[in-house]
Amino acid sequence: MDAILLQVLNGLDKGSAYALIALGLTLIFGTLGVVNFAHGALFMLGAFCAVTFSKILAISKVVIDPEKTDFLGNPAKIKTPYVEEWFGSFGTFLIDFAVPVSLIAAVPVMILIGIALERGLIKHFYNRPHADQILVTFGLAIVLQEVIKAFFGANPIPQSAPDVFMGSLDIGAMVGFAENAIIYPYWRLVYFFFSLAVISAVFAFLRFTTFGMVVRAGMADRETVGLLGINIDKKFTIMFGIAAAVAGTAGVMYTPINPPNYHMGMDFLVLSFVVVVVGGMGSLPGAVAAGFLLGILESFASMPLIKDAISAIGLPSIDQIIIYLVAVVVLLVRPRGLMGKAGMMED
Amino acid sequence: MSKLVMNRRGLLRSGAVMGAGVALPTIFTASSAAAYTNEPTGSTVTLGFNVPQTGAYADEGADELRAYMLAVKHLNGEGDGGMMNTFSSKELKGNGILGKEVTYVTGDTQTKSDAARASAQSMIQKDGAVMITGGSSSGVAIAVQGLCQEAGVIFMAGLTHSNDTTGKDKKANGFRHFFNGYMSAAALAPVLAELYGTDRTAYHLTADYTWGWTQQESIAAATEAKGWSTAANVLTPLTTTDFSSYVAPVLNSGADVLVLNHYGGNMINSLTSAVQFGLRDKQVNGKNFEIVVPLYSRLMARGAGENVKGIFGSTNWHWSLQDEGSKAFVQSFGQEYGFPPSQAAHTVYCQTLLYADACERAGTFNPCGVGEALEGFKFDGLGNGETEYRAEDHQCFKDVLVVRGKENPTSEFDLLEVVQVTPRAQVEYAVDHPMFAGGALGSCNAG
Repeated sequence: MDAILLQVLNGLDKGSAYALIALGLTLIFGTLGVVNFAHGALFMLGAFCAVTFSKILAISKVVIDPEKTDFLGNPAKIKTPYVEEWFGSFGTFLIDFAVPVSLIAAVPVMILIGIALERGLIKHFYNRPHADQILVTFGLAIVLQEVIKAFFGANPIPQSAPDVFMGSLDIGAMVGFAENAIIYPYWRLVYFFFSLAVISAVFAFLRFTTFGMVVRAGMADRETVGLLGINIDKKFTIMFGIAAAVAGTAGVMYTPINPPNYHMGMDFLVLSFVVVVVGGMGSLPGAVAAGFLLGILESFASMPLIKDAISAIGLPSIDQIIIYLVAVVVLLVRPRGLMGKAGMMED
Repeated sequence: MSKLVMNRRGLLRSGAVMGAGVALPTIFTASSAAAYTNEPTGSTVTLGFNVPQTGAYADEGADELRAYMLAVKHLNGEGDGGMMNTFSSKELKGNGILGKEVTYVTGDTQTKSDAARASAQSMIQKDGAVMITGGSSSGVAIAVQGLCQEAGVIFMAGLTHSNDTTGKDKKANGFRHFFNGYMSAAALAPVLAELYGTDRTAYHLTADYTWGWTQQESIAAATEAKGWSTAANVLTPLTTTDFSSYVAPVLNSGADVLVLNHYGGNMINSLTSAVQFGLRDKQVNGKNFEIVVPLYSRLMARGAGENVKGIFGSTNWHWSLQDEGSKAFVQSFGQEYGFPPSQAAHTVYCQTLLYADACERAGTFNPCGVGEALEGFKFDGLGNGETEYRAEDHQCFKDVLVVRGKENPTSEFDLLEVVQVTPRAQVEYAVDHPMFAGGALGSCNAG
């Protein structure tokens, strides 16, 4: 029982990342009708916003210490970050909380990047076939990741969670299981609750604001909304920016979980696209539900017990393909996905 | 009486026939005129550096390339000479190799076997490379080694740690300076037993490919010989990025040690997950829970950040070594690039010098002659103490370093500390050891 609960918890945080990326992906598809294969790259760009912010905070005053030597035997350079020198303990706090604080910078940056991409490139492909959209956005993703590699290198760059969130919580002991039966890192719990907050905020924005109402109306019938004198294209451009910010914030907060590298967007992109398809193209609740569902299933598939049982009947391990197997089954039973609507990608 | 009439067309036809007749011998003998593949005939000799320039190991590949360029510089008599000054063999004079200036071409393996073979093929066929070297993955090394055997050129392996490279997949044209999984395990197990005791239960997470399998087999056998037991060995797909679902069940398995048979991005991510789950703060079976990473790399340790602190592993070489060879190399590399070299840079630099030296001693670039010069060659002064290229499997035997993630690093490069220099005798094994069984060296191919 404890092993099952543990894998459910694991699946929730994996699912959080899938759900956040898939939410943006399906938001763009639902509004602009574009299959955006560059969305994983936006997740990666968000992560590198955190890296850049940390690097800025780490800009240091260099003092030569004649007492110490470097690896070549030259006098060592002692570095003190300027923020620590200028702000003292507040500077130390800023460096410690660099990842969550970088959200403040990442949100506007990602919105601007999203709007620039939409206006500069993607809008030219609205009336082109989906295959063209996939090709151009996939190409864009490759360009973006190569740019990041040129600036930051290919190696992962570790980012730390704030000290207060280091370590793990013994959830099992809290609910009556044995000690160490269900332990879970604090930061992954933070990530899960953060994703719930972002998902709720997006839904609330679309449900309870006039802007959201217009966007929803535009998603249902773009032409009629346009006839009412509303510049729906402008609103959809802003939605692209918001979708980019959602992916970006997901990337920022993911950096302490796995050190970011230029390729991380691609690792998530295909899975998130499957999540969107399973959830139903253009369905926001579908994307979220499928994200969590597939994250949990992926965790179960990598349990030693399941792996042993599968290898006992002579089959190879399924932990990397479970998502695709489920996608095949779902699409056979419900061709429009779990919560898909008629008319989406059926032309 | 006949009269020879020669018109313009007849003259042209006769000329063409005569020309073809004169050229015929050279057309058919052109390939056989060269005694071996890509025999250098001009004033230069071309080496092929096949490293990952894109993909997950691009930084490691970049460091290898820096070391290769430094070696070429030293071979051609430029710079301070680096380890040529400390190398026990004194054949290298800084006038190229056999009097020919060394030039090079580079290829991108992308850490993919097919891409690596294609770039090696191109360097051999189009660029005339007489030797191929490089790589940061055992899968790639084994693939390229096979190609070089078929093409008739020498392959001087870069960073490859699988037992299979000089085990079941060994080739007469291939040579490995880097250590292997068995050696890591033989060096590490006694240290682990002394530190953590002999009554331990290990849980292995293993990368699901040739290197992972042989590394796990080696470390499990070596630790079991010291009294440890193995609770489980879970194979993880190479493409895994989030290891939380593999790490989460470990504490509940009864194991008190986690062995991460992972390298590169896998190692960074699995170690990060293990530390996040707080494994190192836990007690199991009344003992502190421990994590072990059998193969360490400074470049990878940098990616894992603070998570490496206090964690044991092994490495082929480290820049903090204080022998004359290591000091000369660190000085030379550091002056050139501004930071210390990685173990990948060290091994490829050594391989380039060793190849050049073997050519000088053999007096030829012929792969069979070079191979013969390398087989059984004993040397010193290249940073690993007294070393021997064993003739039977083309594996270098030398001291192995046991290292630990440094608790209080003094610089961004100061991530690992050498705990023990394990003497070569402790990591040696018989040629017919079961972990290296199968396959045959075969005979050298000169093309």
